[in-house]
Amino acid sequence: MSSSSQLSTRHVLGIKYLTEADIRLIFKTADNFKEVINRPIKKVPSLRDVTVANLFFENSTRTRLSFELAEKRLSADVVNFSASSSSVKKGETLLDTVNNILSMKVDMVVMRHPAPGAAYFLSQHIDANIINAGDGTHEHPTQALLDAYSMQEKVGDLKGKKIAIIGDILHSRVALSNIFCLLKLGAKVQVCGPPTLIPRHVEKLGVSVSYDVRKTLKWCDVANLLRIQLERQDIKYFPSIREYAQYFGIHQELIANAGKKIVIMHPGPINRGVEISSEVADSKDSIILQQVENGVAIRMAILYLLAANR
Amino acid sequence: MKKGRTILEKERFQLTLERLCHQLIESYDDFTDTCLIGIQTSGVLMAQRIKKCLATILPKSNIQSGNLDITFYRDDFRLREKPLQPSNTTIDFNIDDKRIILVDDVLYTGRTIQAAMSALQDHGRPAQVEMLTLVDRRFNRHLPIRADYVGITVDALDEAYVQVNWEEADGTDKVLLFGAKRNL
Repeated sequence: MSSSSQLSTRHVLGIKYLTEADIRLIFKTADNFKEVINRPIKKVPSLRDVTVANLFFENSTRTRLSFELAEKRLSADVVNFSASSSSVKKGETLLDTVNNILSMKVDMVVMRHPAPGAAYFLSQHIDANIINAGDGTHEHPTQALLDAYSMQEKVGDLKGKKIAIIGDILHSRVALSNIFCLLKLGAKVQVCGPPTLIPRHVEKLGVSVSYDVRKTLKWCDVANLLRIQLERQDIKYFPSIREYAQYFGIHQELIANAGKKIVIMHPGPINRGVEISSEVADSKDSIILQQVENGVAIRMAILYLLAANR
Repeated sequence: MKKGRTILEKERFQLTLERLCHQLIESYDDFTDTCLIGIQTSGVLMAQRIKKCLATILPKSNIQSGNLDITFYRDDFRLREKPLQPSNTTIDFNIDDKRIILVDDVLYTGRTIQAAMSALQDHGRPAQVEMLTLVDRRFNRHLPIRADYVGITVDALDEAYVQVNWEEADGTDKVLLFGAKRNL
């Protein structure tokens, strides 16, 4: 059996640490799980001897539900934890919290944390497999994988395809993971947004930068729109939400002006009328809901491949 | 790798498949509510061949067929060094109340069949499940499982390895017996 049936890593901490072969293996495995989740009985027994802890130190609905469904459909035992209802409030450190949970014999940890690098830090100290479900403004690898998987499903192999990421690039972990993932798959990437929300030197990653949403839409095959992360913005980066919507919000007229078919994506939660108009979000070129469906298949594939790597 | 000994060559291979088809016709008549399910990957090749062969003997029969992948149902998943690469499951029909013929090329420990039966349960509730195999290694079973239709029976030591070659995949039809286990 060829070595490409195995991930090169024990953890999924970020796309940065995955190889192109890993990404393609995850996609291939996700194809099989997609078939499973469309069956009348959506469950397989692969992970029946695995216990997974979902540690969410930050709010989440989609990612958390998606992970929990993926775990349950693989027959894993699941424990959930959210910071708002835990001892973290009483002053416990991250390492202590996690070590306590691991003493209860947990095999895998899915973690979301507001501090960049939290998942990496944990992987240096504990033995369980770790999946990063978002660490601050750093990475959100499973989201990037499901985004790229959904794009591939819609437009075919991503080699040479033009992908635009539009919105709050500075505070978005989805943007960074997307950039790493798409570049590894050979796509061309352009980021677009107000200058204050584009990180300086971002072009060093190998992407192009644009401040004009019309030009970007004319250029791209796929547009991935990002939410303005007000909760992470310590200062004002633009005059008002209304002005942002006026200059960078994607609406039907802008798409018509581009004069071609553009696949519209959004990792959610969407702010209708800000970065995307309702018309565009609900149009037939929008694959926002397919992204959510694929999310479960991608997460099942990652859990499965990591469990096999223990 | 050491050369294996051919225990079933091309002509007898074909005759064996034809005999199996006739046995199926004997018990299934015109194959109403019957379907062939091949187990990935080589069982699928065998199921397709059986289907083709049935069509030449009984041109009017229209038997349904599907592929079943059991990777996610294996009990040795966590014990292996490397994960197994899953294949596709394609069962485009409802298997409720169907008579199912599970097809695999070699019946050895019986664990594959056990996994296949639990996988089938997730697709529905068949009326009946029978098992067809080309090679039955009857002395190496780990579980109380037997085949209903058997091509050839091979009595070999546990160390031995039986390999089935298919024209579609390997260029010719034959069954080989190796003295020692192949390194997988």
